[in-house]
Amino acid sequence: MSKLHVKMTINGQEVEGFAEPRTLLIHFLREELGITGPHIGCETSHCGACTVDMDGRSVKSCTLFVGQADGADITTVEGLTNADGSLGVIQEMFREHHGLQCGFCTPGMITRAHRLLQENPDPSEEDIRFGMSGNLCRCTGYQNIVKAIRASADTLNAVKEAAE
Amino acid sequence: MIPTGFSYHRPADLASAVGLLQAHGDEARVIAGGHSLIPMMKLRMADLSHLVDLQDIADLKGIEITDDTVTIGAMVTQHELIDSDALAAAIPLIREAALQIADPQVRYMGTLGGNVANGDPGNDMPGLMQCLGATYALSGPDGGREVAARSFYEAAYFTAREDEEILTRVTIPRPAGGTGYAYEKQKRKIGDYATAAAAVLIRMDGGACAEASIAMTNLADTPVWAEDAAAALVGTTVDDAARKAAIETAVAAIDPVTDNRGPVEFKQHVAGVILGRAIDRALERAS
Repeated sequence: MSKLHVKMTINGQEVEGFAEPRTLLIHFLREELGITGPHIGCETSHCGACTVDMDGRSVKSCTLFVGQADGADITTVEGLTNADGSLGVIQEMFREHHGLQCGFCTPGMITRAHRLLQENPDPSEEDIRFGMSGNLCRCTGYQNIVKAIRASADTLNAVKEAAE
Repeated sequence: MIPTGFSYHRPADLASAVGLLQAHGDEARVIAGGHSLIPMMKLRMADLSHLVDLQDIADLKGIEITDDTVTIGAMVTQHELIDSDALAAAIPLIREAALQIADPQVRYMGTLGGNVANGDPGNDMPGLMQCLGATYALSGPDGGREVAARSFYEAAYFTAREDEEILTRVTIPRPAGGTGYAYEKQKRKIGDYATAAAAVLIRMDGGACAEASIAMTNLADTPVWAEDAAAALVGTTVDDAARKAAIETAVAAIDPVTDNRGPVEFKQHVAGVILGRAIDRALERAS
């Protein structure tokens, strides 16, 4: 099978590469591009550790062929840091509220939380739990993940208000 | 978890997509959201040489709402169905059901067309579309044709769609104003298929049920449109006796199998409970 030539924007940078059509996006990101933020948890669309943002949608990059992402605009957890490399708001709130223990699910959690807060800047606890239901964590019991996301909403809203 | 190799195609229009299916026969499959197909390819249970991605085909997108009907493009995602306030105003049952499908990430990719065309008895939209009396538009080498959702499903993964046809649009007649609706789904966890699910529409007129429709999901190898069960409600006040008759008739019409969601007797029991809840909620909402 001949390789596909694909181009996409990842974390604001245009990248291109060659890959077999059967390559999953997660493998292209990690192995071809060295972007190892998105993790491979279950590789069966269940756990959400591989979640990335693609054209304004949270997607599981283990359930997407690289060709499907050709031309897409993708953000991984690496793209959610501040311009100076310091932790972005959601990342900082996960640190502050202990929204992780082993940390394996965290890149998916943060990337998904980013999209959730874009769509619903003031979510209730129930909204957060429903909106995060595609991401599994085997350590925390979710309590502090929910807290971290709620705190992120407060911080982001305060920043927005101050700017207005 | 790596599928066997294949060639990837991303045609820009429907005619090219149908042309690829014609050229490659049963070696080719179309991919919409891919959240049923890709897992099957990874398990090497789906084997194909040509993957035809429908994402660039503009004809397969969009939601059109008129006074009488709603027409939804096959590539409209579950997320877009949920996100459309105009659709929720026209047929609120669709948002209620779509919110119970899979999880957020899957709903951003999973499409209405993929869900109805796949023929998986676990999919929620086939039963929902049977309840609503929807029609599917199919395009193939010989042009287009329409098939009612109620006669589309033949067996698990076998439908009225021919190999060289693509399901392009779903057209749904808008239920009359004041029609009560409910989609109830029992599942073990988020992301699971239904142990039992039921879609119900009830229209009341002067205290009596004037019209009803009932469909059940994942309780046979096809969705079950329970025409006789709905008929048991029509003309009644939907009192306990009518409710009981409808549930008994529907449970007699299903044909569940024992699997990791439970034995047959359990599924029959759950089906009755879920349908009862759906009837109650639809009735509450009817005006």
